Formats: sequence, structure tokens, C-alpha cells
Amino acid sequence: MEWLDLIAQVSGSAIRFSVPLLFACLAGLYSERAGVFDIGLEGKMLIGAFTAGTVAALTGSAWLGLLAAVLASVFFALLHGFASITHRGNQIVSGVAINFIAAGLTAQLGETWFKIGGQTPQLTNQERFMSLGWPFAEALRRIPVIGQVYSQVLSGHNILVYAAFLAVPLTWWLLYRTRFGLRLRAVGENPAAVDTAGISVQGMRYAAVACCGVLCGFAGAYLSIAQSAGFIEHMTAGKGFIALAALIFAKWRPIPAMWACLLFGVLDAISIRLQGVPIAGIGIVPVQLMQAVPYILTVILLAGFIGHAVAPKAGGVPYVKEK
Amino acid sequence: MTSTKAMAVPPAIALAHIDKRFGPVHANKDISLEIEKGTIHGIVGENGAGKSTLMSILFGFYQADSGEIRVDGKETHIASPTDAIRAGIGMVHQHFMLVGKFTVLENIVLGAEGGFVLNSGLAKARRELERLEKDYGLQVDPDAVIDDLPVGLQQRVEILKALYRGAEVLILDEPTGVLTPNEAEHLFRILKQLKAQGKTIVFITHKLKEIMAVTDRVSVMRRGEMVATVETAATSPEHLAELMVGRRVLLRVVKSEREPERSVLEVKNLVVKDAAGTAKVDGVSFIVRAGEIVGIAGVAGNGQSELLEAITGIRPPFSGEILLNGKPLPCDPAEARAQKLAHVPEDRHRLGIVTSFDACENVILGYHGDELYQKGIFQDRRAIRSDTEKKMRDFDVRPQDPYLRLGLFSGGNQQKIVLAREIEQDPDLLIVGQPTRGVDIGAIEFIHNRLIAMRERGKAVLLVSVELDEIRGLADRVLVMCGGASPANARRRRPRSRSAS
Repeated sequence: MEWLDLIAQVSGSAIRFSVPLLFACLAGLYSERAGVFDIGLEGKMLIGAFTAGTVAALTGSAWLGLLAAVLASVFFALLHGFASITHRGNQIVSGVAINFIAAGLTAQLGETWFKIGGQTPQLTNQERFMSLGWPFAEALRRIPVIGQVYSQVLSGHNILVYAAFLAVPLTWWLLYRTRFGLRLRAVGENPAAVDTAGISVQGMRYAAVACCGVLCGFAGAYLSIAQSAGFIEHMTAGKGFIALAALIFAKWRPIPAMWACLLFGVLDAISIRLQGVPIAGIGIVPVQLMQAVPYILTVILLAGFIGHAVAPKAGGVPYVKEK
Repeated sequence: MTSTKAMAVPPAIALAHIDKRFGPVHANKDISLEIEKGTIHGIVGENGAGKSTLMSILFGFYQADSGEIRVDGKETHIASPTDAIRAGIGMVHQHFMLVGKFTVLENIVLGAEGGFVLNSGLAKARRELERLEKDYGLQVDPDAVIDDLPVGLQQRVEILKALYRGAEVLILDEPTGVLTPNEAEHLFRILKQLKAQGKTIVFITHKLKEIMAVTDRVSVMRRGEMVATVETAATSPEHLAELMVGRRVLLRVVKSEREPERSVLEVKNLVVKDAAGTAKVDGVSFIVRAGEIVGIAGVAGNGQSELLEAITGIRPPFSGEILLNGKPLPCDPAEARAQKLAHVPEDRHRLGIVTSFDACENVILGYHGDELYQKGIFQDRRAIRSDTEKKMRDFDVRPQDPYLRLGLFSGGNQQKIVLAREIEQDPDLLIVGQPTRGVDIGAIEFIHNRLIAMRERGKAVLLVSVELDEIRGLADRVLVMCGGASPANARRRRPRSRSAS
């Protein structure tokens, strides 16, 4: 009973931890499936988080905060597109630049505007996305398994959590069942084929990059106005890169991307749960080591367990019309 | 179906005074061309003659600087491939415009999906595809993934793609370059079938034999100009070659009778396996003697590449012996070079040259440690430059600029640089793979003569080529490889002439 409760709790928090990864991972999926590598997921998330925190604090509305986060993130996504699609610049360099701009800009603007050490003001509950309790969640809490899953794993998340998991089947459907998806995947594999079919390669890639921006905005907003109550300097803490790892781990497919993000979420949840708890035979593991576990596992998983991951063929290559 | 005479019908395509410049390059000079409905019209010319540019203008990839296009007698503005498709023009590109991971069906509907949700569009496309397959005899499994299909079938998908979009005029750009002789034969049958159904076909190639085999009329381009349009029946390969190059071209190789001397290369029971452990070369034995050219023929993929790689030390043999001048040849390309073996690889881009390096650097590749090129611990730039200039002169490489990046030379000139590098080392054994792949007709003549000259100087030459005519014309003896083995090892009775490729 106690064990089940623990597992339910860890699962619930694993879901919450995996949400920003999932948004960012799907964001990267749109972009990279269309042939635009995006190492700037981290930066766009950070911009999104900062904008959401700022706008929510100023307007008092979480929804406006979310909208602003999406707009700001899309702006930077289009900037990446302008550099790497229109001007055929190096996609890695452009992505890294966006990460640097985001890190510097959010810290600087935060300090200048609010003067509380680079943070945005603490948000009240009305200014953030709060958990939504499902009907009868409290009443069912004591029923083993079914009740626990219902009340602790499924119920009690904020709306963005549900949005993230709804985005998975939606992305799958868009990618594999619609014209948009067919063209998006084609443009990442062989842009010349798309061009000769009379479709604009640049247009498709911009559309993909914009989708990426929208989802990064969601990821950022989740961090600052749903999971926390305000923006904190560098609050993404490498999640954009973990999302990228999950994307490779999932071989650029939406459903496996969800599982990969959940896996990283579970690792996060466990590492927090085990902080300060003695492990049989080892004793208390230093907090720093526990926090490093997800990253260490990322390296191990990527090095040995994903097998041969074939990236979209035209990934990273700007399209130049020839002949 | 058309009972009226062809003359009464306006031409399917009429190009008038098409002119196109790319910066300083005048790619198309005032070109006019009429292509009659229901015919197969060939366009020949050397690389860079402007055939591809002209067709790209017709397909909307480029805009002409001036001139007009008429389709079925109507002036048509073609600003993009979409416009071309709408005007009923389809193109089968030299490099297929297919998405390798998609199925045949997905590739065919790409760009003509018929609605945002794919389902209904795909079902309709499947029915339409069945009809096309029946009408034109173009069978292909709609659910097969492109990457799993042989190139011949991939090309068929390209043709189906154009027909699906309602193409009445089909442009094929160098369609046989990637095909085996059998597949090419099959393609020609398909083209004739399409013609019988009233389609118009524009066939771009530099292979004169194919022009003679399938076309009704042929237009010749040279240096951006349309030189002539003639009835195929009223011309000959020699005449076309002369029009293409602008001078008389000897399509025959002249060779003296010559008795081969001592053996230079001996291969005994050679077995070469690939990474998966399959024997690609399975117990092959042969010798190559000084003063003879031994040709290895056979459809590509029957172990020729692996055989060459084993002899030149790129791929370790599984078993068997390779002797050069009686001594065992170690598996090491540098050591092979030191023992006077020179190699002109089949795939020059992968193994022969570095396209981003200039001509000088490419000329010394592999021999960059030679005494000649050293000055203390530095390279002797001046010596390298003068050596490169000499080689470029001797092998008629154009432009004669030792500091030009190799990627900017034409295929023929790149190949001449590789040949110059290898032949000028004065090797005992020259191994040449596909010496004229992607090479112009004028350069082919030059390269063939150089190979013959090696033979006349008493050197041994091992030649691998998929061009049967090339093997027949050059080789004294021919080995045929099939499934890794060489069942036939025929002695040629006497040198014979060959016809144009």
C-alpha cells in the first residue's frame, strides 16, 4: 500500500517533470523533420519562460502570459529561420547564438525591469495555471491502484500538462495523416523533390520552424507560470538539450518522443525522491550526484541503447536550388 | 487517334529565341526549337552545352532572359514547375526527385494530394495509378518503399509521377545514366509505348547509340547554341559527334597488333567478402601481362568494384594471392603505389579527388611525399605548380589554371587530372575503373588514346567498365564477372574497332 502510494506519487511528479521536455521535444520534431536542426530549443524555452513570467505579472493573466510566451518564442524561431532558411546560414551556429542571446537577454532585462536578482515578481495563484482536480479525486484516493492512478497520476495537473500529452497524438496525426505532414517530412528528406513538385521549400520550412516556436513558447510558459510562480534566471537548466536528446532517442517520431520524455521525467522524479534518503548498502548519496543522474543516463542511453538513429536526410543542409 | 497529318497540328512545344546568361556564362544563345506532338525528340550535346539549362527553362526552374515558349501553339508563361505541370509538361530528372523513405504512392501524390487530410486523396491516387499502370504497362507496387526499389523501378515511379499530373510532354534528362543495359532496354520499350499513346517525349542524353535507337528527330547543342535538328533516320553517330564537338571525332580506337610480354599482375583464387560476410569476389584468377589491356565487363554490382579495391589495397582480401611483378602485393594503397601500381578509381569523387582542393593539390594527392615536391620540411610550391602546369598541358586540361578548385572543372577535365597524376608516375600496372563515366565525347577519345598509349609503351592495364563498347574497343582480352565469379575469360582474336558509346 505504501509502495503503491510512493509509485503513484513518483509517477505523478514524473509526468509534471516531463511536460517541458515533451513540448520542447515535439517542437524540435517539427523543425528537424523539416530539415532545420534546432539546437536553440533551450534558448526559445528560456525566452518563453521569461516573457510568460513578465506578462503574467504585469497583466495578472496567465493566458496572456502564455500568448506572449508563444509570440516571443515564435519570433526567435523565425529569426533562426531567417538565418538558416533564407540566408542558408549554419543552423548550429544560429541555434547557439539564440541560446546565448536568450540567456543574456532574460537575465539582463529581468534585472533592469524588476531589480530582484534577475527574477520576475512572484505570481499569485490567479496569475498562473493551477492544478485542476478531477471530480471525486479526493474520494477515490484510497482505492488501491485504480483510485491512486486516477487521483494521483491523472488528476491534479494544470491544463498545460494535458495540452502537452494531447499534442502528441495531434502531432502524429498532422505528420502522418495530412498533406502538411507529408510535405513537412518530404522537405526534410529530399527538398529538391518538394521543389519540383511545385511546393515552396522555404515556405514549408518556415511553417515548421513556426510550429517549433509555438511549442517552445508552451514549454517556457509551463516552467515559469505553471510549474513555478515566476521566472528565475536560467530556469530551463539544460532541458532544451535533454529534449534534443529525447528527440534523437525517439528517432524523430512523436509517440516514442513521449515515452522518451516520460523516461527522463521518471529519472528526474526519482532523483528528487531519493535526495537525502539512504540507499541500502551505499548510504546517503550526495544531492549533486542524484541531480546528475538524468544527464549521466542520457549519455549512456544515447551512447549505447538507441541503436542506429537515422536523422532526416536533409537535416542541417540549407536548400540551394541547382541545375 | 490523330488522323490529321502531323504538320497540321501545332508543335507540342515550340521554343523561340530563348536566351539565358548566368553571370559571364552564356548558357543558351538564341535557341529556337520545335518538338512535334507524338514524337520522341532527342537532344544531344556535351556536358555544359546548355541542354539541361534549356530544359530547366522549359520546366520552370529558371526563367529565360528573353524568348518565348509555346505549348500546343499557345504562348505560355512558365515561371515555376507548377506552371509547367499545369501546362502538361512533366520531367524525369537525372537525379530522381523521390523521397527515399516514402512509399511509391506517397511520392506520387506529393504536391497533388487532393485535400488536407490524406486518406481520400491517397485512395483516389491508388485507383488512378492502377489505371495508368494498365494503360502504359508500368507495373509497380504502390506500397513499396522507394529505397527498397532498384533504380529502374524508381525511374518508373518518376514517369508515373509525371503522368499522374497529366503530363502530355515528358522530358527525360540523361535517363539511362544510372540504368543497367537491361533496364535501359526496358525504358526504351516504355518510351515507345508512351509515344504510341500520343505522348511527346524529349530525351536528353550524350549517348549517341541511344539517340539512334529511340528518337525520331534529334537536336544537337554545342556551347549554348542549337547547332542542328535532323531526322534520326537521316543521320549517323559520326555525323552527330562531329556536330556536338565541332570537329571530326574518331569514334574508333586505332590499335596496333602487339604480342603481350611477361606477366605483371597475377591474381590467384581471390576471394573478397563484404562486411556482411558475403563473397563479392568468389575465387577469381587471371593475369595481366605487360603490353596488354585486360577488360573486366559485366553489369555493375557483380564484384568488379570489390575486385579493384582488393588489388589496389583498399579492401583486404579474404583469401587468395595477388602478385605484382612476381612479388606478393600487401594490402596497403601506399605500398601498392610504391611498387608501381597506379589506380584511377571508379568513383573519382569518393576516391580519386578532393573537389574542394585546387588542381595543384589534387595532382600531388597520394604522391605528396615525393622527393620532387619537397623543399626541406616544407612543400615546394613552385615545383608543384610547374609540375601541375606541365600535366595540365600534356593532358589538355581546360581551363589551365593550377589554382582552380577541382569542383569547378567539368567531369572530363577532372578525370584527365586523375589520369595525368597516375599515368605520369610511369607505373608498371595501371588499374582504371569506369574511365569515361560522366566524361564528354571529345574527352573520351583523348582518354582512350592515353590508355592505348600505355599499352604501346609496354605497360599492363586492367580496365573495368560497364560500357561494353569501351571494353570491346580497348581490351585485348575480356573477363566477364557475374555474381562474383568470372566464368568467361575469352581471348580476343585480334583488335577490332568499336562504335561510339
